[in-house]
Amino acid sequence: MSEELLEIIILSLQVSGVALLISALIGIPIGVFLGLNRFTGRRLLIALMYTGMGFPPVVIGLFVYLVLSRSGPLGSLNLPFIPALFTPAAMVVAQSIISFPLVAGFTMAAVMGVDKRLRQQVMALGATKQQAALTVLMEARIGVVVAIIAGFGGIISEVGAVMMVGGNIEGRTRVLTTAIVLSTRQGDFNLAIALGLILLAITFLVNVAMLRLQGKSFDE
Amino acid sequence: MSAPVYTLDQISKTYNTRRVLEVEQLAIQKGEILALVGPSGAGKSTLLRLLNFLEQPTQGKIQFHAFEFSVDKEPPLDVRRRVTMVFQHPMLLNRSVEANVKYGLELRGIRDTQERVKQALAEVGLEHIPNQKANTLSGGEAQRVALARAIVMQPEVLLLDEPTANLDPYNVGLIEKIILHLNQQYGTTLVLVTHNVFQAKRLAQRVAFLLDGKVIEVSDAETFFNHPQDPRTAAFVRGDMVY
Repeated sequence: MSEELLEIIILSLQVSGVALLISALIGIPIGVFLGLNRFTGRRLLIALMYTGMGFPPVVIGLFVYLVLSRSGPLGSLNLPFIPALFTPAAMVVAQSIISFPLVAGFTMAAVMGVDKRLRQQVMALGATKQQAALTVLMEARIGVVVAIIAGFGGIISEVGAVMMVGGNIEGRTRVLTTAIVLSTRQGDFNLAIALGLILLAITFLVNVAMLRLQGKSFDE
Repeated sequence: MSAPVYTLDQISKTYNTRRVLEVEQLAIQKGEILALVGPSGAGKSTLLRLLNFLEQPTQGKIQFHAFEFSVDKEPPLDVRRRVTMVFQHPMLLNRSVEANVKYGLELRGIRDTQERVKQALAEVGLEHIPNQKANTLSGGEAQRVALARAIVMQPEVLLLDEPTANLDPYNVGLIEKIILHLNQQYGTTLVLVTHNVFQAKRLAQRVAFLLDGKVIEVSDAETFFNHPQDPRTAAFVRGDMVY
């Protein structure tokens, strides 16, 4: 049992960790872009992003299921880099979609909270547009870490999407949340509670680690 | 006199439909201190942003040495980096004093910054606090760090947008001394925007008076203050309203 449990914990962290990395790589640039630029259609994009921040994971699960299934638009292509259903990779895809609007939305808010005159000053000191954006992002780092924490919180605790696209297959796609659902259904409440506590403990430890990322400036 | 650093020709800047700047001719000479004076909304800060290439003129041409820029020809990075600006608000980064001062050097990919940063901090009298966090500085110290951050890059042109507004007389005195020293020691061309006629008198070799986006008068400091040609300049110099 303990080895099985360890596998479940490791898979949970792997799936949500990789999904978080992907959503940070996509979400942070989108957040910076939306925060620093003014263009037609920006409000529409932001409205879509806000919708994504509150989208039910189970609907994302359904969407990814349909797209990746053998008869779906991507699944039918049978390409090597497109993950098959009921694999950890499919779960990563679903969780990345759930997570990146959260990262993007909070990053945008953090970046918009930085004084506009700072960017002008940085440009005056000879920064390129990219260097200026990076500097503003660094100034907003506390908010950006909150964005990543929100993105992580949205997926480590998520059950609907991983259940649908992963299938809760023992030893292959079972993660903590889906294991909790299963053991509760089976009436094994002790195991369900134990798994729940492990999930809480992991989330706590990960957040403590992220808090360290915010650095000393957090205490000022 | 040698060829000017900047030559402005029929420049205008329009935001939406509001024309905020309309300069027919203005030359800025190498190594001079030019003060831009005038009431708020006269277009002084807009003019500085154009000189810093942060914005392009809506119409007209800005010549910087042999380069010519206009609305559809933006300056390349290496030209832009020969000019920098210190604003009224120091706008320091949430880092140490030292990290702030070396920021501009890092942008340029300069690795060996330590000696230059030390020297720039010494120039502004803050060599003793390189590790202090910028957000714990007093207003005067912060503005001196902002000045050090600009001069460490040894800019050819330094633009100053009300650099001493809101500061105490002691810090105003310090900053004015640094500005003069920079001009005399390194021949840095300085363009200073100020509300303060007395400051313009203390620092500038030439003064331009702006009103409603137009240059009303530009002349050497002596003429400007003692024998202004335009009645509106005369009124401004006397401290009367000119609106």
